[in-house]
Amino acid sequence: MHVVVFTKSTPDTAAKVEVDANGNVTWGDSPLVVNPWDEYAAEEALQLKEKQGANTTVIAVGPEMDNDALKHCVAMGIQEAVRVWDDALEGSDSLGQAKALAAAIKKMGDVDMIITGKEAVDVNSDAVILQAARFLGWPVLSFVAKIVEIDPATGAIKVERLVEEGRETVSAKLPAVVTVVKEINEPRYPSFIGIRKAAKLKIPVWSRAESGRARSEVEAGAAKTKVLEKFPPPPREGEVEIIPSDDVEEAARILAEKLIEEKVV
Amino acid sequence: MSGVFVWIEQFKGEPALVSWQALGVGRKLADEIGEPLIALVFGQNVGELAQKAIHYGADEALVADDQTLAAFRVEPYAALVTKLIEERSPRFMLAGATTRGRDLMGTVAGQVGAGLLSDVIGLDVIDGNLQATRPIYAGKLLSKEVAEGDFQMATIRNRAFPTPDPDESRTGTITQVEPVMAEDEITVKVEGVEEAVGEVSLTDANIIVSGGRGVGGPEGFEPVRELAEVLGGAVGASRAAVDAGWIPYAHQVGQTGKVVSPDLYIAAGISGAIQHLAGMRTSKVIVAVNKDPEAPIFSVARYGIVNDLFKVLPALTKAFKEKLGR
Repeated sequence: MHVVVFTKSTPDTAAKVEVDANGNVTWGDSPLVVNPWDEYAAEEALQLKEKQGANTTVIAVGPEMDNDALKHCVAMGIQEAVRVWDDALEGSDSLGQAKALAAAIKKMGDVDMIITGKEAVDVNSDAVILQAARFLGWPVLSFVAKIVEIDPATGAIKVERLVEEGRETVSAKLPAVVTVVKEINEPRYPSFIGIRKAAKLKIPVWSRAESGRARSEVEAGAAKTKVLEKFPPPPREGEVEIIPSDDVEEAARILAEKLIEEKVV
Repeated sequence: MSGVFVWIEQFKGEPALVSWQALGVGRKLADEIGEPLIALVFGQNVGELAQKAIHYGADEALVADDQTLAAFRVEPYAALVTKLIEERSPRFMLAGATTRGRDLMGTVAGQVGAGLLSDVIGLDVIDGNLQATRPIYAGKLLSKEVAEGDFQMATIRNRAFPTPDPDESRTGTITQVEPVMAEDEITVKVEGVEEAVGEVSLTDANIIVSGGRGVGGPEGFEPVRELAEVLGGAVGASRAAVDAGWIPYAHQVGQTGKVVSPDLYIAAGISGAIQHLAGMRTSKVIVAVNKDPEAPIFSVARYGIVNDLFKVLPALTKAFKEKLGR
């Protein structure tokens, strides 16, 4: 079984993210980290490696900054890393990136599962993985909180998904795309040996041509969505009103009245 | 090109509230481009839902009533949406940005090669194209984005748009359509759903009461639950409380949990780390209860009480019981 983790680098979740005078997004000197949801995907891939002898690869479609995420996954124990990128992908949208990802997966030839986090925290979207699944013709098992079983012989997979109403148990056939939520596991820390391996690793870069897609299919000109502007959300208006609480019961009554007056209760 | 599609999501026949919000947005877009608003209603025994969709503003409902569509699955739903797009050539399609809405719309966008604006909180037609405002970096920034092409799609965030008032005198056309996939062509099988009983969904909730590190343990959520219950609200939690194992992950609000936008958010014993604020800062009114007057949560709150949550929450529960007569 070959399991591929799809990832990207994002600013640390504790980073203060801002827009500079040129309209570019900055995050000060906060480090780039693996997209937080993808850490759970990498852990799950490693458990499949340990329990079922799966081969593991991590892949990103993006510029050099995505090496940070790839190296983190390798330091955790993922065996191979590949980055897909060339200048044609600069300014591409999710459709362009999904085509490049699907082509790279096809090139690998033997992939049984792509596993990734439920969304990329920077763009707040899971469009790339869903569209890549469609280009591959694979089913998607999204928001997975538990892989219940995989039968490598038949490719049968059963998972529990976290949906609005509770947990849904679903079965399907590999190859498939799996997206995971935080509940699925507790990601391990990179090992010392892993960190050393990752530091020395030269990550191969597959160009668009190598992954078999025409420039016109993926470049910015083919994009069906474009970003016009990024900006900070409007600040919350007004100062906080602290309700004195020497008498807690009285404070609670005053607050309850105010909230009823504001018609939010 | 004609029409605006809105997918009406249902679970066991119950419509998702965000679908009506999507119909409200769809009505506005349809009026602006002078084209009909068409609701897509798939499931089993969903005829009544189609009628409701008309009441909420649709001009026509395309109804597929079939056992293969009873529970949502991407494959048969996406195949049917794709066929309807080919037949009707709509200009736009909208759905709620729920687990199902995201799966369906992302897949269809890949299938038909359409631009998809995900999880939008603002949506307009500018020069014939969809233009959206959507949160990025978990809400730390906003992004203004535009779609291009003959057919454009968007998913809308729950509670970001008003729920329209239904008009029961509205009439429209109900058209039956046939599913395109037979059961033996569908690889994904739903084996069952274990429903979280008696709990208000976080993303639908008008009121959320959340507990953080300050609740001190699993039993510390008791006063949080009691207040939520008297208010008819949902129980939320900070990452610290979830990571400590005091409450299941499904309750987590924040950057790696759920993003919520209730009318009232009461944060008890939550300091207000940037990751938590990202998940609740668009709430209409925020109340902070914390012993530490320097806690960052007070910077986004409208009302604050600097005191022990174990004193304040029971007092609030009592005050609301009296005032609301519950």
